[in-house]
Amino acid sequence: MAKMHLKFTVNGRAVETLAEPRMLLIHVLREQLAITGPHIGCDTSHCGACTVDMNGKSVKSCTVFAAQANGAEIVTIEGLAAPDGTLHALQEAFREHHGLQCGFCTPGMITRAYRLLQENPKPTDAEIRVGISGNLCRCTGYQNIVKAIGAAAQRLNASKEAAA
Amino acid sequence: MSADGDTAQARTQKLEGLGTRRKRVEDARFTQGKGNYVDDLKLPGMLFGDFVRSPYGHARVKSINKDAALKLPGVKAVLTANDLKPLKLHYMPTLAGDVQAVLADEKVLFQGQEVAFVVAEDRYIAADAVDLIEVEYEELPALRDPNKSMTADAPVLRDDLKGKTSGAHGPRKHDNHIFTWEVGDADATDKALRAAEVVAKELIVYQRVHPCPLETCGCVASMDKINGHLTVWGTFQAPHAVRTVASLISGIPEHKIRIISPDIGGGFGNKVGVYPGYICSIVASIVLGVPVKWIEDRMENLQATAFARDYHMTGEIAATRDGRITGLRCHVLADHGAFDACADPTKYPAGFFSICTGSYDIPAAHVTVEGVYTNKAPGGVAYRCSFRVTEASYFIERMIDVLARKLKMDPAELRRKNFIRKEQFPYTSALGWEYDSGDYVTALDKAMQAVGYKELREEQRRNRDAFARGETRKLMGIGVSFFTEIVGAGPIKNCDILGLGMFDSCEIRVHPTGSAIARLGTISQGQAHATTFAQILATEIGIPASNITVEEGDTDTAPYGLGTYGSRSTPVAGAATAMAGRKIRAKAQMIAAYLLEVHDDDLEWDIDRFRVKGAPERFKTMAELAFAAYNKVPPGMEPGLEAVSYYDPPNMTYPFGAYICVVDIDIDTGVTQVRRFYALDDCGTRINPMIIEGQVHGGLTEALAIAMGQEMDYDELGNLRNASLLDFFLPTAVETPTWETDYTTTPSPHHPIGAKGVGESPNVGGVSAISNAVNDAFAHLGLTHMQMPHDHWRVWKTAERLKLTGS
Repeated sequence: MAKMHLKFTVNGRAVETLAEPRMLLIHVLREQLAITGPHIGCDTSHCGACTVDMNGKSVKSCTVFAAQANGAEIVTIEGLAAPDGTLHALQEAFREHHGLQCGFCTPGMITRAYRLLQENPKPTDAEIRVGISGNLCRCTGYQNIVKAIGAAAQRLNASKEAAA
Repeated sequence: MSADGDTAQARTQKLEGLGTRRKRVEDARFTQGKGNYVDDLKLPGMLFGDFVRSPYGHARVKSINKDAALKLPGVKAVLTANDLKPLKLHYMPTLAGDVQAVLADEKVLFQGQEVAFVVAEDRYIAADAVDLIEVEYEELPALRDPNKSMTADAPVLRDDLKGKTSGAHGPRKHDNHIFTWEVGDADATDKALRAAEVVAKELIVYQRVHPCPLETCGCVASMDKINGHLTVWGTFQAPHAVRTVASLISGIPEHKIRIISPDIGGGFGNKVGVYPGYICSIVASIVLGVPVKWIEDRMENLQATAFARDYHMTGEIAATRDGRITGLRCHVLADHGAFDACADPTKYPAGFFSICTGSYDIPAAHVTVEGVYTNKAPGGVAYRCSFRVTEASYFIERMIDVLARKLKMDPAELRRKNFIRKEQFPYTSALGWEYDSGDYVTALDKAMQAVGYKELREEQRRNRDAFARGETRKLMGIGVSFFTEIVGAGPIKNCDILGLGMFDSCEIRVHPTGSAIARLGTISQGQAHATTFAQILATEIGIPASNITVEEGDTDTAPYGLGTYGSRSTPVAGAATAMAGRKIRAKAQMIAAYLLEVHDDDLEWDIDRFRVKGAPERFKTMAELAFAAYNKVPPGMEPGLEAVSYYDPPNMTYPFGAYICVVDIDIDTGVTQVRRFYALDDCGTRINPMIIEGQVHGGLTEALAIAMGQEMDYDELGNLRNASLLDFFLPTAVETPTWETDYTTTPSPHHPIGAKGVGESPNVGGVSAISNAVNDAFAHLGLTHMQMPHDHWRVWKTAERLKLTGS
């Protein structure tokens, strides 16, 4: 099958790749670009393990053709920490509040929460639950994930207010 | 204050040992996308395998044409049963004494069964090739209902076993019969039932469900032909057992096989078994001389790798009119699917189902379990429970409620009346288990007080009155469950898998600068062993947990062990860790005595050091002793500071708990809300409360999934109608309630640190608490028992049957 020449930005880095038109974004990320943070947990876009941020929206990269990402700006879990290695508030909070166990859903969950907190910087617990309902976790029962996202929101808001 | 200026408290804190809410060391990599799961692995020249699978539940394979697939550029090989036959690999042994087809041999016996294995340059080409393989089938009548497995006109499923009158677990009375397992005193139980003032009888079905970890099963097999070494990375909950099985099957000497379990994305029992994908990948790698990766997709995971439960349990429970239980009988029809691939210790084809007398002092009991074949996927694994323990617990906890209705007693009161009393431990049950320790009354009282049980029942009475008057369309249900588990398999005298005793192991090396590495025979799938086993060791040897690396899952480096499932890691490998730690400490004590020029007996252990009794200013810290072990050992002593322990537990452990659930049911829609769920767990000594709470949250959420919605839904033709996450219920954050956790602590008397294990308790106790609550909502209206799952439709149908709905 003829391959397409694709260009996009991943975690601030410009990348070029060749991919068949049918190739999914998750496979290009994982197998061609060695970005293995996003995972594959289902075939039907229900589990959210493959969640990445594309042009400012959460997408399930198992349901996006790589071709659709041409020219896009993509952020994955690997791109959330600051360039100096300082972890994002969400990454800290997930550890602090025991928001993960096997870790398989975690990259998608945190990447989704990263966008959620930009859509709604001060979510209630109920809003967090709805906001992450496209991401399944089999280990934690979500309770500590909700706590972690709430705590990260508070920290981000506090540092925003301090800066203002 | 000690001589080096640190208080005892400060030194203890520095260790982050037993009982501390230590943050997980695993999280740094997982929160940054740096986990290393099997599908992340990419080796030079690696090919990708994919299966042609049966679309039918039962069919004869008339022909397989692979020509078109082989012509597709990028396709390297296509394997069928005929290719494996010369190697005698078209069947593989299961963990239950049966065999399972690796690739279908003339017949397919369940939808999704492996028929051919394609190996190609990438997963897209492999999928294309799967489509190009033409398989001609002749459809046969499918056997869905296990109740019909042993009828005279039932189709014979297993041609390979036809006419065989005995199997791995005794005589077979029908071609679709696997075993009949019996335990207890039949006569005494008969007598108790006949003489009883009250007998309650009920059919309790625990439906077929699936562990469905978020990461599916998979492996990468890599045969190094030059050195004759085979390395397999995979989602293995028992890597050492996989190595032994791989050696026995392949004939490759065991020392030339290396099995590596990298990070595993949840297991819950699904990743215990050996699957055709592993065998085919290994064969393909041997044949082609390059690494071969095989990763299931979700549909394959649900269709073909191990399911759980599917127990049809008929119970009779006898009691006096005032609620004293006098006998219990249970007959189970167990649907094992097309091959018996349960993962149970050899002597226990129905696992530890005989724990079904639960937390109660029942004088006479008798259990029979009959395993049969059907046209469904093989499995029957312990999905977040010890072997068949959640089935047993669900059975007894429902039966107690059914009996309570009949006696018109409060179900909590009936439980309390029949509890095994604290002073009866160690307690031998009528079915032969020796319960190690328990304090059930204290736990139930604490739970009832915490939720305000009396007030809840008052509220329910008001709700029922209001419902009767037509003032509300909601009914309130209260479910109590008091479970006792049996985990930590187990003593070698009782427990083996494929002849391998179910001990576990820990090997420790203390480095000269006072840090250490511990390697274990288990493998974490999210349980945070690297965090908690370091805590056990920190307390035992006085080295801070942060200075101890815990490593598992590589058979070339870790000592032999039977892996992680059935809540066995803490009871068995945790014990091995403590025992190995004690060997380290004993050697350190001799070195300390030599350095301090005193007798061993004149020293006492003090958190992180040995000090001279009566002269606490004279001491040697573990860090000092570690260095001394490498240069100043007593004459005649070998240098170094290492130890290994292979721990054969003297008994299982018996965690227990009291769970109370409150639900509100909308009668007109069947929508059932868990308003409140309180879980009190007693898992003995608590290693890391933060991790225990996390385990309980997760296990309860899996219990919610099972009780409220999960069921593998096969139609008459053997089609699995819900083999995707669109239809198979996994709760999201929206459906999941907030869980309340609590505890009591009754240490295990035979475990070196008193720990019992907890990961599976919430699933074992949670399902019955939720189901009891839903049933309780309708109890006053004449409902005795409603089968799970309690999804909206079934709850609404129940309301309709009770003539509560509007239409």
